[in-house]
Amino acid sequence: MFLVVVRQLRRVLLTTLVAGLLGATLVRLSPGFGIDEREMDSRLNRESQSAARAEHTGERNIGAFYLRYLDNALHGDFGYSLALNRPVAEMIRERLPVTLVSLGYGAGFGMLAGIVLALATVSAQSVPLNLISSAMSGLCLSLPAAVIALFFLWTGASGRWAIALAVFPHVYRYSKNLLTEARRSAHVMAAEARGVRPARVLLAHITAPVLPQLAAVAGVAVSLAFGSCIPVEVLCDSPGIGQLAWKAALARDLPVLVTITALVAILSVAANSFADLALAPWRAAK
Amino acid sequence: MSIAKRIACTVVIGAGMLAALAGLLARNSYARQFREAIDARPSLQFPLGTDELGRDRFARLLWGTRVSLILAPAAALITTLLAALIGGSAGYLGGRWERLVLAATDLFLSLPWLFLLLAVRALLPLNTSPYASVFLTFLLLGCLGWANPARIVRSATCTLASSEFILQAKASGVAGLRLFWLQLAPNLRPVLMAQFWIAIPVFILSEANLALLGLGVSEPVPSWGGMLRELENYTAVLHNPAMLAPLAMLVAVVSGLQVLLGTEETSAC
Amino acid sequence: MLRILCVVLSAASVMAQSDGQLRLALHTDPKTFNPLMVEDESSEIIRYLTGGVLIRRNRLTQELEGELALTWRVSEQGRRIEFQLRPGVLFSDGTPFSCPDAAYTLQQLMDPALHSPAGDSFRSTPGSIEALCSGPASLSVRFPGPVAALAGRFDQVAMLSAHSPHPESAVLGAFCVREYKPGEYVQLEHNPNYWKKDANGKQLPYLRSIRLDIQQNREIELLRFRRGELDVISKLDPEMYERLSAESKTVVDAGPSLDWEVVFFNQVSQAPLPSFKRGWFRSTGFRRAISEAINRDDLRRIAYRGRAQAASGPVSVANRFWLNAALKPQAHSVADALHRLEAEGFHRMGDVLLDREGHRVEFSMITNAGNKRHERMLTLIQQDLAQLGIRLNVLTLDFSSLVERISRTYDYESCLMAFTNIDLDPSDQMNIWLSSAANHQWNPNQKIPQTPWEARIDELMEAQAASTDPARRKAYFDEVQQIVAEQAPMIFLVHPDVLAAVSANLRNVSVAVVGPQVIWNAERLYFGPALVSHR
Repeated sequence: MFLVVVRQLRRVLLTTLVAGLLGATLVRLSPGFGIDEREMDSRLNRESQSAARAEHTGERNIGAFYLRYLDNALHGDFGYSLALNRPVAEMIRERLPVTLVSLGYGAGFGMLAGIVLALATVSAQSVPLNLISSAMSGLCLSLPAAVIALFFLWTGASGRWAIALAVFPHVYRYSKNLLTEARRSAHVMAAEARGVRPARVLLAHITAPVLPQLAAVAGVAVSLAFGSCIPVEVLCDSPGIGQLAWKAALARDLPVLVTITALVAILSVAANSFADLALAPWRAAK
Repeated sequence: MSIAKRIACTVVIGAGMLAALAGLLARNSYARQFREAIDARPSLQFPLGTDELGRDRFARLLWGTRVSLILAPAAALITTLLAALIGGSAGYLGGRWERLVLAATDLFLSLPWLFLLLAVRALLPLNTSPYASVFLTFLLLGCLGWANPARIVRSATCTLASSEFILQAKASGVAGLRLFWLQLAPNLRPVLMAQFWIAIPVFILSEANLALLGLGVSEPVPSWGGMLRELENYTAVLHNPAMLAPLAMLVAVVSGLQVLLGTEETSAC
Repeated sequence: MLRILCVVLSAASVMAQSDGQLRLALHTDPKTFNPLMVEDESSEIIRYLTGGVLIRRNRLTQELEGELALTWRVSEQGRRIEFQLRPGVLFSDGTPFSCPDAAYTLQQLMDPALHSPAGDSFRSTPGSIEALCSGPASLSVRFPGPVAALAGRFDQVAMLSAHSPHPESAVLGAFCVREYKPGEYVQLEHNPNYWKKDANGKQLPYLRSIRLDIQQNREIELLRFRRGELDVISKLDPEMYERLSAESKTVVDAGPSLDWEVVFFNQVSQAPLPSFKRGWFRSTGFRRAISEAINRDDLRRIAYRGRAQAASGPVSVANRFWLNAALKPQAHSVADALHRLEAEGFHRMGDVLLDREGHRVEFSMITNAGNKRHERMLTLIQQDLAQLGIRLNVLTLDFSSLVERISRTYDYESCLMAFTNIDLDPSDQMNIWLSSAANHQWNPNQKIPQTPWEARIDELMEAQAASTDPARRKAYFDEVQQIVAEQAPMIFLVHPDVLAAVSANLRNVSVAVVGPQVIWNAERLYFGPALVSHR
């Protein structure tokens, strides 16, 4: 188990390093890199505009930039955003909690709603409930995250509920499928035949054996939630990492984008690693 | 076929037919501006009213359906083929290759793909037609969407590779590419088909999300996503609910596809 | 009894005037709190509210007024300016303001290593300035070369403290920054040592504080205004103006702004364009024909919901002094446009326009993505040009890619852009009209003017910058406007209106065309006695 964890940590670290470099290269080679909006300010004279361009010189050599970035990152310095005129670490520190809260609410409530509804559907075995749940999840799956965000915008509610609605249908369908399959297994039939109470059948015989797989869905929920973050934060004006990523992408802000890429890499690899670890004993048993 | 599937089938086929017959059904061109009838309410001349430039919303909806219903499946096909190749080989070969592929999918999922779309758009030749531009966008989406399906295909391939009929085939002397092609691939088809159908609504929704961020199809070509931008003005929507027609169409078609799939999500990764 | 009532009401009014927090939105985080380095709008608003200046342009009357300077005198053809400073003024931290602070500010401003936008506007000639104090209240400043509209430029220069123990927080404006939470808000409190008083001798500002919420999304801003969480929306979208107007909210249309929406063609000789296209774009007749084909009235009516005015040139009617009243917006006429094109050797074959060599007339127009108004304008222009048989391909690009194309690679054909003017004086536009300048958008950085009319514009702009006689300067700039109208290097489309929404409780509001349009007299704004908001 210890070796497995070490291997996963190594995976996270390597992926993060490579993702950061690839992300930096992508930004560096993209059109519009090195452009400063001050070039369009007609009040500035030629020398000032040249000085504005020269500020990006340090980012031109991507290898040197990345090595310098990593060296500084080890000391907690993630560079300086020329577009936003602030240290990257400061912005990440301010915005990460906002995104984590949104992710927490989004992934958490999405998972809770999905699993609870799946449990209710499987245990009740009611056709109307099944239909309503399927219709709800179908509707949420069919709506773009950005449109859901717009609806919440209209009502003045927080955009984090849009993330929850983006996560819920996937979790619901996966959980329902899992629980339905578990319900059909022989030991459940045996328990029911012996007169075990329905609640106990549901919890001890249906849910308990598939808990590792249900836990694994957390990885997927986090990935889904993060994927919905950018359109939701941009549309709902939430000052989180998603909004920062969007602003940085528009401004080709290299240090910010490299840092966010690394963060996303850590998050998604960690989520998938968690899923793998959760499923490993189940797979081994199978 | 259950009633739900029949209804779903009707909806999807109906949408497809509307798109195919757009030229016949739409009285007006999708680009024509009736500048004296801006934001008009539904009428005989304009069944869904007009938009802020006086364009027939019904015509734009029909032509926009074409963009989504033709290009989304094309992008889904690209994604599925890539996922089959990469995920299938990883699951079959195992070992270092499998670990490399898993690392590559993690990496791929971490990269700022939205940024890549910005960059590709900026690289387009100046006089690229709107259709070429949207085609390239969907092509790119297709090339970017393989990572999650590849993981699922890999997982399914792993499961199949340890099944008894494969063992029997190996024992009979079938190996290598032949084993993969004759024994594994046909059994992967249901998974691949499921991924293909799942990907279609994902790409339809991706286009809609991109349009809402200002990265959608170039004017004057309509798309569902481009039309959804009207929803940002909610007072106008309350005044003219016909503006919800593209959303209703999107929801109906995507829901129909979901019902027709009949495949639930069976894997967490 | 009546007299007592008046006294009571008056007292109540005065008391109520001294309460209240004004809430409005900034659309981006301020990039800097250093008043000398302000470039973006959010920082500019904060500078305006917190900075004390020697001379202020009254946003409503457009006249210059002394603020920290009681009087001033410009001499030596715009090289020297002498100020008599207001005595007894204190910074917000209680330290006195005097001539050394003003001299220090100007020395900092003119430091070439600082690259201050405000400083660059004074920098007509290389060299350093002389800022001398002959007494605590007499300042004389000499620049290395003449500076056009010298006095008015001090509107952008907020005085710094040379001696305060906390210079970054010592301000002379009506408000000072109390708190900044990135991504959320900037909180300003009234400056207890503000020098200005009203006619009754009461110290200004009336407002207790101003809260600037950072809100990028205009829809959310509108929602919050409707809910009473914001008191002012400036630079209101025309659609939002319509919506609020329909709800009987207080909205103001102050008439055309100083801003322009323009189209320009790529005339750069080293641009990667086919030679036949370069020929089109360099042809005055072609540009004039395009200008004639564009229906400005429809742009105004549809893209701006009627809240704009067709433009005749770079000066809007709001800029009363500098407008060349002889010029009129180009009238829309497809027939005239076709005529003009035929004179240039173009001809129609069916629905398609061909040039002399038989090439189909097709070109692209780029604009910035995410700007719905521009996207609409492009689509309208696309249809207008289709009437001539021209196929226009529209391409929206993110801002960085757009700027790269128009100012570095020159890999574009035509562009639709908005230009924001913050000053009335045309000297602010030197970098646009001079052919050697980087912002001479259609063909920047020319070593020598490539056309006689650009050479003439160079002469005229330099002449108006060197002159101190307003009438002569106006004559020069009138001629520049005339040449631009004839040659159409930029096709001026519309001047958007200044639109704002204001809470019904807010008093003393007069919306101006020069920014900050609604809160330019923030020190005199107050909430009405019956509906004072306690926040």
